[in-house]
Amino acid sequence: MKDFILPDDRDMGTPARTGAPVTLTIDGFEITVPEGTSVMRAAAEAGLQIPKLCASDNLEAYGSCRLCVVEIEGRRGTPASCTTPVAEGMAVRTQTPRVKKIRKGVMELYISDHPLDCLTCAANGDCELQDMAGAVGLRDMRYEPGQNHYDPFGIGTLAQGDARARSTGDLGNPDYIPKDDSNPYFTYDPSKCIVCSRCVRACEEVQGTFALTIEGRGFDSRVSAGAALDDFMSSDCVSCGACVQACPTATLQEKSVTELGTPDRSVITTCAYCGVGCSFKAELNGDELVRMVPYKHGKANRGHSCVKGRFAYGYASHKDRILSPMIRDSVDEPWQEVSWDEALTFAADRMRGLQEKYGKRSVGVITSSRCTNEETYLVQKLTRAVFGNNNTDTCARVCHSPTGYGLGQTFGTSAGTQDFDSVAETDVMLLIGANPTDAHPVFASRMKKRLREGAKIIVIDPRRIDLVRSAHIEASHHLALRPGTNVAVVSALAHVIVTEGLMDQEYIRARCDWDEFQDYAEFISDARHSPEATEALTGVPAAELRAAARLFATGGNGAIYYGLGVTEHSQGSTTVMGIANLAMLTGNVGRNGVGVNPLRGQNNVQGACDMGSFPHELPGYRHVKNDDVRDIYEEIWGVPIDSEPGLRIPNMLDAAVAGTFKGLYCQGEDILQSDPDTKHVAAGLAAMECVIVHDLFLNETANYAHVFLPGSTFLEKDGTFTNAERRINRVREVMKPLNGYADWEVTQMLAQAMGADWNYTHPSQIMDEIAATTPSFAGVSYDMLEEKGSVQWPCNEDSPDGMPLMHVDGFMRGKGRFIVTEYVATDEKTGPRFPLLLTTGRILSQYNVGAQTRRTANSEWHDQDLLEIHPNDAELRGITDGQWIKLASRAGETTLRALISERMSPGVVYTTFHHPDTQANVITTDFSDWATNCPEYKVTAVQVSHSNGPTDWQEEYSAQAAQARRILPAAE
Amino acid sequence: MQPDKLIMMANQIATFFQSQPGTGQAESVAAHLNDFWEPRMRQQLAEYVASGGPGLSPLARDAIPHVRVPVE
Repeated sequence: MKDFILPDDRDMGTPARTGAPVTLTIDGFEITVPEGTSVMRAAAEAGLQIPKLCASDNLEAYGSCRLCVVEIEGRRGTPASCTTPVAEGMAVRTQTPRVKKIRKGVMELYISDHPLDCLTCAANGDCELQDMAGAVGLRDMRYEPGQNHYDPFGIGTLAQGDARARSTGDLGNPDYIPKDDSNPYFTYDPSKCIVCSRCVRACEEVQGTFALTIEGRGFDSRVSAGAALDDFMSSDCVSCGACVQACPTATLQEKSVTELGTPDRSVITTCAYCGVGCSFKAELNGDELVRMVPYKHGKANRGHSCVKGRFAYGYASHKDRILSPMIRDSVDEPWQEVSWDEALTFAADRMRGLQEKYGKRSVGVITSSRCTNEETYLVQKLTRAVFGNNNTDTCARVCHSPTGYGLGQTFGTSAGTQDFDSVAETDVMLLIGANPTDAHPVFASRMKKRLREGAKIIVIDPRRIDLVRSAHIEASHHLALRPGTNVAVVSALAHVIVTEGLMDQEYIRARCDWDEFQDYAEFISDARHSPEATEALTGVPAAELRAAARLFATGGNGAIYYGLGVTEHSQGSTTVMGIANLAMLTGNVGRNGVGVNPLRGQNNVQGACDMGSFPHELPGYRHVKNDDVRDIYEEIWGVPIDSEPGLRIPNMLDAAVAGTFKGLYCQGEDILQSDPDTKHVAAGLAAMECVIVHDLFLNETANYAHVFLPGSTFLEKDGTFTNAERRINRVREVMKPLNGYADWEVTQMLAQAMGADWNYTHPSQIMDEIAATTPSFAGVSYDMLEEKGSVQWPCNEDSPDGMPLMHVDGFMRGKGRFIVTEYVATDEKTGPRFPLLLTTGRILSQYNVGAQTRRTANSEWHDQDLLEIHPNDAELRGITDGQWIKLASRAGETTLRALISERMSPGVVYTTFHHPDTQANVITTDFSDWATNCPEYKVTAVQVSHSNGPTDWQEEYSAQAAQARRILPAAE
Repeated sequence: MQPDKLIMMANQIATFFQSQPGTGQAESVAAHLNDFWEPRMRQQLAEYVASGGPGLSPLARDAIPHVRVPVE
């Protein structure tokens, strides 16, 4: 275990400010801070901690506890240092007899209504109230017991009218409220609350949900979640943990700390859920993980978290984890546990045998977007250097491959242009086909913060997502388009901007290819792209669209954020190009507050793409046809590299059904559940003769596997993840792998079993190889990451500290390229049999196929996939809320419960794909993006009808799954 | 692989490049196929065209002479 030196982790009391320097003295020490800084923060910067309870440096000052009072020369009274800004020449005293006496008095009052069960309290050793009692030297408690909130049996004071006042015997304390333990991860114990409001302010300022409030006045003041009858679980609380983090006492406390004790060591690492890539402190006792706490110096999350990263790590120690390798001759046999040697030899012999029999190109790999860069690099190296072909693909195929193609064509790089901090300078956000409050919650909180400061948002989405309207958020325009018409809408926006002369001509002349722009302008100005002409097709009112286009073009810094609602279409790549066109037209690339920002789905999907997971390109997005690129790898790997592109995931499955693709090594991805048209995926897998699944659990794909290699979690290995802002963050080994080996070691052992001479002893050596061969990573090393914390690629001689902002002085490809984006209707069309359009997506508490989150208490929020349907569509079919219904498409049918919701537009239904029992993907079709084969998950023509039980397919599927998951008892 | 799927994919690519201004659309379609289609897919498409190739769009068909077909 390597020591990591923590940057200053103190709470500075109030947020940092920027401004002209101001010099003052505090207790005689001179300190210079930016204008607007509080006296409290200035003192902290000078190394002097002023006692405090209600202040925290992630919240605006509140001035309620009065513990931080100070004396200032020439000013009357004892001002609170948290709410007093510094002034030039100010002389502050923090420890005068007068303020010390006040502080002691304040603490005495606090303690008079606080239980003194410190020894058995869950916050023992981690309680700011305890710390402050010590800091002010509280030694005496002069108040007699009386009315209080903590003694359940004390009588306290009853109102005269209260019936209990007339009764005799143990009346109980009417001011006592028992613990609320409705949330699976933390408790709210009102008896320990000091009403500092930090939780309420964290919920508002940090998370932006506004679920908490202080109800009552004076002595009756209590923290309340939601309305009067709500508990935490039934309130709007999203369980992000910000309030628990903010609470100075045990009032809001992680259940894991209550159960396991106060952690005594911590390791900085990176969350393994979504593409935001939050930094966390894993806090442990020995190798027992006690809690995950967002790391305040994490540059992606700035100290915030969501319910998944903060709390949903229990899958790592779940009983379903498979810890021994297993093999079987055919998938109708039960699994047999064997040694690593035996499993690897079995797998290697089979793969080599298949290549001898069916040819070199008959096998391939799928790399994982959940594994580290180093692991992904090794898996693609396995296929290119050991299998001798380019049959490698990754889950980005089914999510952001159109981003790679579209941005590559227009800007010259396959990645977002900004860092997340950039949103703080955005004036108009254009959000297309993404639901950040559910899928990228920590970034959504930063968007919401900026929106509360006055920025505007335009939402293009068939659903009325939370960013259209929620607490203190109201979108300026919601363009509720018909699924499948993205290109028409994006082109109509561009049409308005061009024909109304709102484009930034100077920018276009300077930065973009002018001839191509002329072609584009002529194309887009045609009346067929006008909002009036496309209204009938898209369902978006022309006037609303025109107003949105004007706002985006003229409202200041315009930033486009988009998700899979853009990419997962037949025209996914075209829409990405259209988005790039919009950004270039309005001069919105190359500075802070603007840009084109794909919100990446999985923790390391950016990294998986960077690391050469795609069949046509080596690491760093360099095509395999280029001799100079292959030369680099041929020299270092010592083998020839195939110059032809390999098979993409859908092509692998097609080739398998056709009998020319026979073996697959699939690391950390569940294609049977996540990929479209489940029946086709199953047929493809069933046709293969050797499927090696390398995963934590017996996932759905493993039902068709012959070899199972146990995987390790992100807590059990070293490596790096690259998030949606191209930030390379360290993943650190927090505990030893339960299965014995980190995933990179398993891939290496498989390569060795196939005769490769690989001898990495630490992932840092793999990163060194990546840096030596990939120009955009040339400057990256583990030593550098230890020093800097994280870095955004490209990181090389030209940008040694990485590049938070891309395309600053010009586009990576030279001139930005406008590409004509003609709308083409998808072949998936509604008709009398399938009159509704289904679109799929994620929910906050569950993640992707749910393999991880379903094995945590997150399922309490979402225990099954539901079909969201508009009341009109439901009424037409006689469907009531909660009813079992059958969902059918041309591809297949399944059953699930209905959720009637006005968030849907009429004619559009929605579901999630988190649960294998539902298998939403049995419904989706195998239509795909024209350029990349990214599946069209977001448009499927369906019908919804009454159901009388699971479909035949569901029953057959679960029977097959149960059969395929049998494990023989280990031989003695 | 099923020819109907390859035809659909080739036609989708041709539809995009058809919409692009200038000349050389057939070469662009072929370049896309050469860059992103695995050799056996290109070979199958070429064989399909050689056997008549019904259902393939004219531009996709024009692209075929520019497609690199692997020699077994």
